[in-house]
Amino acid sequence: MIRLAVETPLGGLCVSHGDLTLAELPAIRLTWLAPWPGEARAMSHALQAAHGVHFPEPGETLENGSTRILWAGRAQALLAGPAPATELAHHGAVVDQTEGWAGLRLEGAGAAQVLARLCPLDLRGKAFPPGRTARSLLGHMNAQITAVDGGLELMVMRSMAGTAAAEIEEAMRSVAARG
Amino acid sequence: MRVDGRGRIDRRVSLPFTFDGRLLTGHPGDTLASALMANGIHLVGRSFKYHRPRGVMTAGSEEPNALVEIGAAGAALPNVRATVQELYEGLEARSQNRWPSLGADLLAVNDLLSPFLGAGFYYKTFMWPRGFWERVYEPLIRRAAGLGRLPEAADTERHEKAFAHCDLLVIGAGPAGLMAALAAGEAGADVLLADESFEPGGRLLSEVEEIGGGSAAGWADEMAARLRAMPNVRVMTRTAVTGAYDGGVYGALERVGEHLAAPAQDLPRDCFWRITARTAVMATGAIERPIAFADNDRPGVMMASGVRSYLNRHGVSPGATVAVFAANDDAHRTARDLAAAGVQVAALIDPREGAACDGDFPVLAGAEVVGTRGRKGLRQVLVRQGGTTRAIAAEALAMSGGWNPSVHLSCHMGARPVWSAAHHAFLPAPPDAPGAVPGLIPAGAANGVFDTAGCLRDGLRAAGVALERLGLPVAELDVPPAEQDAGRSSPIWVVPGKGRAWLDFQNDVTTKDVALAAREGFDSVEYMKRYTTQGMAPDQGKNSNINALAVLADATGRSIPETGTTTYRPPFLPVPIGAMGAGAQGHGFAPERLTTSHAASLLRGAPMVEAGLWYRPGYFPAPGETSWRQSCDREVRMVREAVGICDVSTLGKIELQGPDVGGFLDLVYANRVSTLKPGRVRYGIMLREDGHVMDDGTTARLDGDRWVMTTTTAAAGQVMQHLELVQQAFLPRARLRFTSATDAWAQFAIAGPRAREVLQAVVDEDVGGAAFPFMSCGAVHVAGTPARLFRISFSGELGYEIAVPARYGASLFRLLLAVAEGLGGGPYGMEALNVLRIEKGFPTHAEMHGRTTAFDLGLQGMLSPKKADFIGRAGAARPGLLGPRREQLVGLVPLEPDWRLPAGAHLFRKGASATPETDQGYITSSAFSPTLGTHLALGFLAGGRERHGEVVRMVDRLQETQALCEVRDPVFFDPEGGRMRDQAGS
Repeated sequence: MIRLAVETPLGGLCVSHGDLTLAELPAIRLTWLAPWPGEARAMSHALQAAHGVHFPEPGETLENGSTRILWAGRAQALLAGPAPATELAHHGAVVDQTEGWAGLRLEGAGAAQVLARLCPLDLRGKAFPPGRTARSLLGHMNAQITAVDGGLELMVMRSMAGTAAAEIEEAMRSVAARG
Repeated sequence: MRVDGRGRIDRRVSLPFTFDGRLLTGHPGDTLASALMANGIHLVGRSFKYHRPRGVMTAGSEEPNALVEIGAAGAALPNVRATVQELYEGLEARSQNRWPSLGADLLAVNDLLSPFLGAGFYYKTFMWPRGFWERVYEPLIRRAAGLGRLPEAADTERHEKAFAHCDLLVIGAGPAGLMAALAAGEAGADVLLADESFEPGGRLLSEVEEIGGGSAAGWADEMAARLRAMPNVRVMTRTAVTGAYDGGVYGALERVGEHLAAPAQDLPRDCFWRITARTAVMATGAIERPIAFADNDRPGVMMASGVRSYLNRHGVSPGATVAVFAANDDAHRTARDLAAAGVQVAALIDPREGAACDGDFPVLAGAEVVGTRGRKGLRQVLVRQGGTTRAIAAEALAMSGGWNPSVHLSCHMGARPVWSAAHHAFLPAPPDAPGAVPGLIPAGAANGVFDTAGCLRDGLRAAGVALERLGLPVAELDVPPAEQDAGRSSPIWVVPGKGRAWLDFQNDVTTKDVALAAREGFDSVEYMKRYTTQGMAPDQGKNSNINALAVLADATGRSIPETGTTTYRPPFLPVPIGAMGAGAQGHGFAPERLTTSHAASLLRGAPMVEAGLWYRPGYFPAPGETSWRQSCDREVRMVREAVGICDVSTLGKIELQGPDVGGFLDLVYANRVSTLKPGRVRYGIMLREDGHVMDDGTTARLDGDRWVMTTTTAAAGQVMQHLELVQQAFLPRARLRFTSATDAWAQFAIAGPRAREVLQAVVDEDVGGAAFPFMSCGAVHVAGTPARLFRISFSGELGYEIAVPARYGASLFRLLLAVAEGLGGGPYGMEALNVLRIEKGFPTHAEMHGRTTAFDLGLQGMLSPKKADFIGRAGAARPGLLGPRREQLVGLVPLEPDWRLPAGAHLFRKGASATPETDQGYITSSAFSPTLGTHLALGFLAGGRERHGEVVRMVDRLQETQALCEVRDPVFFDPEGGRMRDQAGS
């Protein structure tokens, strides 16, 4: 009897520098949603009915229990947590992306300063409070960046997870060294 | 020379440092320049061209002379301004541009030859013999000239880049900047206050004056503390704003660890900031201008404001006896401050008739300095008064020709500064001028306000403008009483007389050079700059540009505003390339994309090759193999005879969904795809609009509305962009969406006669020929895990590709290898993959290189004549892209099997000369085929498809080889394709 073993993109990485911590997030079911032209409202209703969240506005994240939805680009969203309701596929594309992304959480008082070494976003609390999300650059990489209580969550393409972790850790060292 | 009781230095702490190996000491609060001066060292460098002795001239970042090298080996930094570098324990500084030593520089012979070395001398002198310029003259000139040495060792220092955002950026923390930051901070704005010095205060730290009844420096300290205590204000010292860019973006260089004796291990040396500000106040102050008189470059001749900085801020005097030469009241302070500190003032020389100054020193009104004496340092000043000239003994001369507002940043987007006759200076362009930096508000001395009280008021005014723009209420703030009179001044640019009078000290440009440029027709200020090199190099003419254009105006009989300025460009200060490229060294150059089998491949000793950003194994060396060819040949035979496993996860995988996907694919592919049945796979080619082939790949229809497109590894991004364009621009209402799923799936090719055996060992379902015929696909399970199976082949063998969710990739790779190795198979890498596809004549981007058409590739038949349209259809039908004269894909086999046919070699008719005119084509792919026992190549040959059997000549100009080879069909092996179509059951 053969079995396939599971390996996460970063092998459960967790590193600290100063009061900053970077940790790999446990894998969570991730579904890419993109309504057909003209079906955005219908998909939003379907989402609300099935998962208790509407289709997010640009830069918005919504939560309902263990379900989260993140805006992920023009007319695109990522549903995190539940298996997508079949109804959603009547209104647009539904693609499983659970394995496409690696999730990281950066915590500590200087988390925004760390990310400011790699990302051009305005991460000041006023401009990017918990509940906001953005697609932006992390160094040379494409990333989904979300503000959460106590830090930031990042998603990068799985194949680049090692580079992302190394570059974030490098920035953590620099920020921690400034004291 | 230290002066007791003055300065902001900590005399209780002694800091040892070295200059040219000499051990010296200074104090915290010293710059390298002030510490050298305190040790009586006045000769710190040699000039660019004439190797003249040079000393410290200013106390700021505009310093042209005192450039030194700091650090050693990979940490060496040339052209460090001693006036900016803070002193730390153990600092090692070296002088530059001298040989063999600073004291005895043999290249000072250039100074004797100066009559022959004027502006543009090399354009005139080194014209003949023609060939000598590159080989003889230029290397010699380069050795003799130059500032600093580029370190040869790789940079070992840590650099950093960062982004910052704020409501208001205040540039400069002098009186105007402090006041603006305070007002905006009190109003609740998010303020970033940047100053290039190591403490806020600007000129207030260098002057003896009062604000609000206390010392000005004390007020600055108080303000800085107040600002630092505000949560909405960030005070960034050691941070010079270097440029203004579009969208409210400013560049800034922060010196992070350069001032520390033992910086923390991970502390960067510097940080290059990109600051996005909604609005900005430019409180950048002003730069004092020198006066051009004969031999004004002698060590000891300094700016009057610089002398005050050294005295009042650092507690040091450039000499025991100092003379002052200026035509403005402001510089009189220098004489007064020196006298008050007990330094002997030899004379205050003021060209203005009737000039007066209270002080215990001689005031020479209506007098001018016409020359200096001394070899490596000033000894005497020659003063002309009323027709007689006399020598006055002095170790230093403090000069001032007036002040130039630092308008640089306001001009970085193209605006020209405006001449003000009242100020005898250029002021920032008004905000509505073309090219003005949007949202940048000049204030204080940068805005032409020179008295301290005025600067405080102007800073408050600028903050008001900024707050209004930000929609914030203006806070009520009182301006403390301060000095209200900046004094009178009259402009003085040049003292006429014999001898060379320096304008640009850094580039050795004199008034004569500028006059010569004008005489020789280079009379525009931009021409003059390039002809004389005035205003180039690290200081960018900060203290010479305005003087030079004043001299040019005089030489050409125009006014100063008519003459105009040269273009101000970023950066304001030199920015190390290491800081701009921070993070991009080594592995930081580009992201690394790794497959799930990466670690297992490394364990097997596979060297990695880059494909796009991906890392793929080149080959898997077996015990005893010593060259890549041995491994590659074995892997090829293994696939042809047994079975091989290859990670193909790197190929682009695009998931498309929707009822309109078929129509969309018909538009982007040249061949028809919409007719594909669910569970089937089709090969397709995509054309660019111009009719050339963009990419090829397979598309699988998983079920009714779900499709997966495969692209080549390197073109995945380009294809995705292309699809986005087509969908958004041409089919915006079509019901389809697509996204990349490349990273979500680990996909492995299983190829070879025993591929089905390997597959059946891991897949739960029947994968026999009936269930999975050639070019089919379907959902299967691997040990219970849902997987996708595609029966496709890039090797020409019975082949499958199996995809599992990426988390299982590493595990499946190990499993496939274990099974394959039990059947005489194993892993194969990129080298073998390439040989296998060349044997089969399958094109890659070596052949689809952007200049080839489907016709050239022999794929013209794929261009569907039945479809209404597809991208590239019209382009591909253009005259010249079809026909017998096109270079067409052919196979090539050398007449002797061990003759190599290198890629890049060109093809000629047998017996014809090898010239560009007789060129018949070229080779694109080359390999040794262990299957056929000969070297092979793919290439393009004019009319090649009609020439099979002909012998042509291959000439490789790079490796100087040539060989005769026979033209063949590009499919060398199994042309009927029976092996990959094998329909037998398991």
